[in-house]
Amino acid sequence: MKVQDHAQAAAQFIKDEERTDWHDETLWFVRQKRDLAAHGIPEWEQLREWASQIKDHTLSNLSHYLESFEQKAIANGIRVHWAADGEEHNKIVHQIIADHDLKRIVKSKSMLTEECHLNEYLIQKGISVVDTDLGERIVQLRKEAPSHIVLPAIHLKKQDVSDTFHDFLDTEKGNNDPQYLTEAARQHLRDYFIASELAITGVNFAIAETGGFVVCTNEGNADMGAHTANVHIACMGIEKIIPKAEHLGVFLRLLARSATGQPVTTYSSHFHRPREGQEMHLVIVDNGRTRQLGRADFRNSLKCIRCAACFNTCPVYRRSGGHSYHTAVAGPIGSILNPNLDMKANADLPFASTLCGSCSNVCPVKIDIHEQLYKWRQVIVQAGYAPVSKKLGMEGMAAVLSSPALYHFSGKMGRTTLKYAPFLVNNGFNPWYKQRDMPAPPAESFGEWYQKNRS
Amino acid sequence: MNSRDRILQAAAENQPTQRDLPVIGFERLIRYDEPAVVFEQVLTKIGGQLVRVKDLEEVKKRFAEEDQDKFCVDATDCTEEDRLKIKAWKATDLALLHTLYIRGSFGVAENSAVWVDELAMVNRLLPFICEHLFIVLEEKEIVPTMHHAYQKTDVSRTGFGSFIAGPSKTADIEQSLVIGAHGPRSLTIYLIENDSL
Repeated sequence: MKVQDHAQAAAQFIKDEERTDWHDETLWFVRQKRDLAAHGIPEWEQLREWASQIKDHTLSNLSHYLESFEQKAIANGIRVHWAADGEEHNKIVHQIIADHDLKRIVKSKSMLTEECHLNEYLIQKGISVVDTDLGERIVQLRKEAPSHIVLPAIHLKKQDVSDTFHDFLDTEKGNNDPQYLTEAARQHLRDYFIASELAITGVNFAIAETGGFVVCTNEGNADMGAHTANVHIACMGIEKIIPKAEHLGVFLRLLARSATGQPVTTYSSHFHRPREGQEMHLVIVDNGRTRQLGRADFRNSLKCIRCAACFNTCPVYRRSGGHSYHTAVAGPIGSILNPNLDMKANADLPFASTLCGSCSNVCPVKIDIHEQLYKWRQVIVQAGYAPVSKKLGMEGMAAVLSSPALYHFSGKMGRTTLKYAPFLVNNGFNPWYKQRDMPAPPAESFGEWYQKNRS
Repeated sequence: MNSRDRILQAAAENQPTQRDLPVIGFERLIRYDEPAVVFEQVLTKIGGQLVRVKDLEEVKKRFAEEDQDKFCVDATDCTEEDRLKIKAWKATDLALLHTLYIRGSFGVAENSAVWVDELAMVNRLLPFICEHLFIVLEEKEIVPTMHHAYQKTDVSRTGFGSFIAGPSKTADIEQSLVIGAHGPRSLTIYLIENDSL
C-alpha cells in the first residue's frame, strides 16, 4: 500500500524550502506555548509522574477495569460492542448505520477511526461521512489524510484552504482570511449538524468507576453532533480506560497544556447516559493493543493520551511533515505504535528519529519514546525488515570496527581519498554529502599523533 | 470465543504485574490567594469575559435588556413547564438560538472552566448551538484546580455534563486563532459576588 518510505517522502516534503521552514517554525511555536503553560504549574513534573503512575496501574489491571467499565456503561444504558481489529470495528459501525438505514452522518475527530480506515470502509458500502473538525474537513475535501493528530491541516497554508473552499464551498477566490474561511466552514457544517441522524465521536478518557466517557474539543463539534443525532457511536481503544473520575483532574490538566498550551480544551464533555430517546453505542477496540501490552519493552506506548507534544518538539517531524510517516498516527509516538500494527510496512519509522530524546522529555505521561525507538530498531533488524543498504552498511562497519588492522587501513584510505580524490565522496552517491560538505581530512589519525607524542 | 472474551483474556494474560495507584497529594497543588481574580484573568486570555453582578435579579434584568427580536432563552430559573418545553426542542427548533442564559455549578480558577450539567442546561444541545452563551456563577463556587473540581461533584449524577472554558474556537487554518468555530461566538460569565449574598 505504501509507495514511499519516510526518507523518500521527507525528501519530497523539504523540496519546498520556504514551506518546510514555516512548518518547522509553526510547530516549534506550539511547543513554546506548551512550555509556557507547563511552567505556569509548579507541580507540573509531579503531575506527569502521577499521570504515568495512574496509567501504569491501569495497564496492570486492564482486564479488570475494562470489565467493570463495561458493566457500568451497560447499566447506564449505553450499548457496548467489542472489536478485535479494525475490520470488526468498521463492521460494527456499519451494522448500526444499516440497521437504522441512516444517511446523514457526522463525525468528530477520532484517531482510532483513522487507524481503522472507517471512512474508506463506509464509502465502499455507499455511505459518506462528514468530518466536522475544521482541520479534518479541510483535508477530507482535499482527499488527504490528517498530517497531525491535533492539528490535522498543519501541512497546509491558508491559500491552500482558500482554494479548496472556493472549489467546494463557493467562497471568494483569493480570500485567504482565516476568519472568513472559518465562518464559511461554520455555515457549511451547521447544515450538516442540524440535519444529522447519526454522530460518530472518539473518546479521550473512559471512566471505569462510572461507566462514562469524556470527549474533548475546542470547536464544540463533538457536542454539536452527539446532541443533535438520535444515534451516537463513540469509538475507543482499550487503553483509554482510567480508574476513577478524580483521575481526570490529572489528565485534563496535562492534555491541553501539552497539546496547544491552552489551560484546558474549551469543552471537556462527560457522557454517561443517552439523552431521552437517543441510542448511545460504544465500540471498544483492541487492534493489536493487547499484543503491545504483552511486549514489556513497548507496552508503555499504550499510556499515550494523544496530545502530540512529541510531534511538535521532534526535529524530524517538524522538517518532514506528517504524511511522510504514511500512517494515521505520525510523529515519534506513531513510530513506536505502528511497528506493532505492521512491522514490515512500518519498519522505516523507528529510524525516522535522531534519538535526541526531546519527545520523552515533553511526554505528559512519561513514555520513554526515544528508548523505544532505539529498541524497535533492534527488533526490526533482527526480524529481517531493515533496508538492505542499512544492513550492508552496518555489517561493513561491524567488520571494520572488529579488526584493528582493517580499522587503521580504512582510516588511512578515508583521509587519502578526502585529500587527493574528494570527488569520490563529494557526489550524489554519498548520502552524507546531501546538504553538507565533507570535512577537511586531518593530517594524521589520533593513533598516529599519540604514537609521536606519548613521551 | 467472541471478541469481548478474547480481548479480556488477552489483556489478562499480557498485563504486567500489579502497579499501585498514586495518592494525589493536595498539598502539592498550586494555591491561589484570590481564585476569582485568577479565574477572570484566565477567562479573558481564552476569549471570554466576566461581568460582576450583585444577584440573580440583576441577571434577570440584563436578560430583559437582550434583543428580544432574537431567539433568547433564560434557563437559569425554569418552571417545570418551561423545562418540558425546552427539553423537547430539536436541532431544527434551535438553529437560530441567539442568546442563552444558564447556571454553572462551579468554576475552576486555573483554567476558567465552568461545570454545567444536564440539569442546568435542561437540553444538552443548548449551550453548544447558541450564538452567545451567558453562564451565571457564584464567586464562592470557584475552586483552585481540576482536582478540587472533581471533589465538588459526581460527574455521573446527570446523564451529561461539560466543563466549558471560553467560547468555541479553532486555529486549524495556519494556527490563526478564530473565535466561534461550531459553538458559541462569545462566552460571558456573570459572577455573583460573595459579599452581596
